[in-house]
Order: sequence, then C-alpha cells, then structure tokens
Amino acid sequence: MDAAAIDRALVRMAHEIHEKNPDRMADLLLIGIPKRGDVLARRIAAALERACGTAVPVGVLDITMYRDDIGSKASIPKPSDLPGSIDGKTIVLVDDVLFTGRSVRAAMDALIDFGRPKAIQLAVLVDRGHRELPIRADYVGKNIPTAPDANVKVELKEEDGSDRVLLEEAR
Amino acid sequence: MAAPDALAAKDLLGIEPLTKDEIQLILDTAHTLADVAKHPIKKVPALRGRTMVNLFYEASTRTRTSFELAAVRLSADVVNINVQASSVVKGETLLDTAKTLEAMTVDFIVMRHGSSGAPHMLARNLQASVINAGDGQHEHPTQALLDLYTVREKLGSIEGKTITLVGDIQHSRVARSDLIAFTKMGAKVRFCGPPTLLSDDFAALGAEVHHDLRAALTGADVIYVLRLQFERHRMGLMPSVKAYTQRYAITPDRVKWAKPGALVMHPGPMNRGVEIAHEVADGPTSVIVDQVANGIAVRMAVLYLLENGRTKRAAAGGVQ
Repeated sequence: MDAAAIDRALVRMAHEIHEKNPDRMADLLLIGIPKRGDVLARRIAAALERACGTAVPVGVLDITMYRDDIGSKASIPKPSDLPGSIDGKTIVLVDDVLFTGRSVRAAMDALIDFGRPKAIQLAVLVDRGHRELPIRADYVGKNIPTAPDANVKVELKEEDGSDRVLLEEAR
Repeated sequence: MAAPDALAAKDLLGIEPLTKDEIQLILDTAHTLADVAKHPIKKVPALRGRTMVNLFYEASTRTRTSFELAAVRLSADVVNINVQASSVVKGETLLDTAKTLEAMTVDFIVMRHGSSGAPHMLARNLQASVINAGDGQHEHPTQALLDLYTVREKLGSIEGKTITLVGDIQHSRVARSDLIAFTKMGAKVRFCGPPTLLSDDFAALGAEVHHDLRAALTGADVIYVLRLQFERHRMGLMPSVKAYTQRYAITPDRVKWAKPGALVMHPGPMNRGVEIAHEVADGPTSVIVDQVANGIAVRMAVLYLLENGRTKRAAAGGVQ
C-alpha cells in the first residue's frame, strides 16, 4: 500500500465508523495502541471530523503490562493517555496490523481496568489473518493474505518518515 | 550500544553493578508505572503467577510493605517470612532457609540482613532473583533508586545537582548506595557528620567530606537527613544526643543555609527532634512522604525489569 491507498482506507474506515454509530458520535472515543495505532487513531479522527463535523477525542493505550509474552519484545511500558473517563463510552480501538489477536486481547483487558465502556469496536489498517484468539475487526483498511512467518510492516510519516505498507516474505 | 530494555543481571544486589543506562531505564519505567496507582483498578497483570518472598532478618515496616505493594500491583503473589517465628530461631542456616524457599518455586527473594554480603551469597546459590533490601552497612539499592527518582521528579534532573547527606554516615547503607547512585548520575555528593560518624575515608569513594554543617549545606540542592541508628551504635560514638543535635540537627534556620527551595529528604523512620526538627520534616520543601510513594513505583520497575531480563535470557536459549 502506498500513501494514497493508506489515506483512502482511513477515510473509508472513518465513514464506516460514522455509519455504524450514527447516534453515538458524542460518546465515541478513538483509542490507539502504540506505536502506530495512536498515529492512525489521530488520522481517523481528523477524517471523521471532515466527514461529519464531530471532533472525536483520541487516546493512547499502552498494553505492555497486559501482554502474555513479557520479555519477548517492545517491553518497556510507556504512559497511557486516555481522554477522561471511559465509562459508558463507545470505544474504537485502533491498531496497525491485526495478526494473532493477542495485542487486542491485552488492550481489551487494559481498557476494562480503566472503566466500563458501553462497547469496544476494533479498527485496523491491515488484517493479515492467522488469528489465535476469537477476535475480529469491525473496520479493516485492507485484507492482506500472508504466510504465517512473513512480516507486515506499516510505516507512517509521523514515526518512519513516509507512508507505506510492506509485505516482507520470510527468508 | 542500544538502550537496554531489561536489567542484565539476575539479581539487584547493589547500585554498584548497575550501568547509568540501567538506572535511567529503572527511573523511566517507574515513572510510567507510577500511573498504576492512579487507575481505578490499581493493578496490572504483568507478573501474574510469579511469587515474591519477603525475607527480612531485620525489622522493617516501610521497605517490606513497599515491596509487598509493588508486587501486588503487578499481580504477583507475596509471602512474608516472619524470621522471629521461623526455623531460623531453631538454628537453620541462611542458605538452608533459602534452598527451602526455592524448593517452593519462588521467583523473587527480597532480603534484608544484618550482614553485608548475605544477599550476594544467596544470589550465587539460587535460581531466583535476589533483591537486596539492605545488607548490613553495605548497600540498600532500591532506597537509592527511589531517592534518585524523587530528586528527578522534583528538580527535573539529577545531573549537576549537589546532594548533602547529613548524620550517621558511618552506619548507613543508604549513604553508601546514594553516594554511588548520585555520583553515577552526574550529581555531586557531600557527606556531613561528626568525625565519629563519618570517617575521612569516604573521600576516596568520591564524596566531599565535611564536619561543618554550614559549609556542607551551602549551595546544596538537596538536604538528605539520615537517621541516627542508635541500635547500631557501640558506646562512645557520641558524647550525647544533645551534643549531636546542637551541631547537626536540621532546623528551619539551618535549612536556609542551603539553596532556596532545597529539598529535604529522609529515608525514615525519623527521630523527630533529634536529627530533624518537626517544622522541617513537615515543611514546604520536605519530600519525605513523596519518597514513600515513589518507593512503590521504583520497586515495581525493578521487579518488572528483572523479570523481563529473565524471560529474555530464557528465550535466548537458557544461557545463565
């Protein structure tokens, strides 16, 4: 995916979020999982504001302490930053790649420790398959079939200098 | 070399073996983990299923409780061994006690002991991570880490600051660990006390040694008051408590000798009216209560980062 395709996907997802939650826009929160989900959440929020005029609050949720593979990667916790109470809110979790579903499991556990949202939905830029848990996304930018040992790399201007999605085959 | 994301050693036995980067990592991680205390549910599942034992051969309420709360907030299970009521009084050796604990599959042993080096001996003989919670007059690393953390939070940085520790330096493992820790992080450390409680040998370890309180406090960013450890004093170290108080007690007037707004710290428990005046202990620049709160976050960081390192080493093929 190039920058234009990523942009189109995010705008479409913003519209889908609006369509699915016509009466709940005031109670909607976009919560990104670092370190690229939070960038995507901000972009979707901007697209939502252009599409329907509602400024949706954006938050960051660190899931390090909720992972089931402590010690294996990216293991230093960073602060979470949620926009106020999440009680009764409809939360759209945003992540870059949906793979095994374990990060999303950790994110849901982390969120529930902060309060009792009305609903949690899931938006991902790429769904690459190979789920290990009964989790599915409500909004998908692009489905990319992959080999289990391949690597999907999402690069975003804010973090990496340019926008693109790369599929790296296993060596 | 990339910044570390775990502690390299299995154990935390002192500040001495830690690198500056590792200390930075502990402080940064503690800063994040301090948020857990503000959550509606003051707990994260990171160390679920791990067990920590508090093995204290010397009295302690705050350190033991602080470790216990740190472990509980990471969802680890905690066992407190009451040494007075244990088989230690029946003559069991330290190593046998530890081996027995390990046979019960314990992951962390937090140990305080009157003999310098006791935790090191345990660490060499056990798979579990040993954390030194004070050994004799040697080290008390988590106290120094929480002191660093408190100074960094309150003053914004540690580098270039002047820390003056006042009182019973000779018997203080806190003073030793703080000297190493603050020096490592680029601060200047001064020691001040009567010659019987502060030998000039400390100059060789990098401390500025003062016997005059006013000179020691001039220009200081932090006044760190140590407890007079009556229980460790043999006869004759001080003519009288009154004589000590007259020259070295930290009073509101003497606080003014330091920089305006200088922090006042104390590792507790305080002898109010002896080494520190009530008005200073409860004064506007006293951060003694903050130290206690910060202790939990720092110990959470230590437990988590030790576990991180252990998991990494196991994943790398069980070497070590």
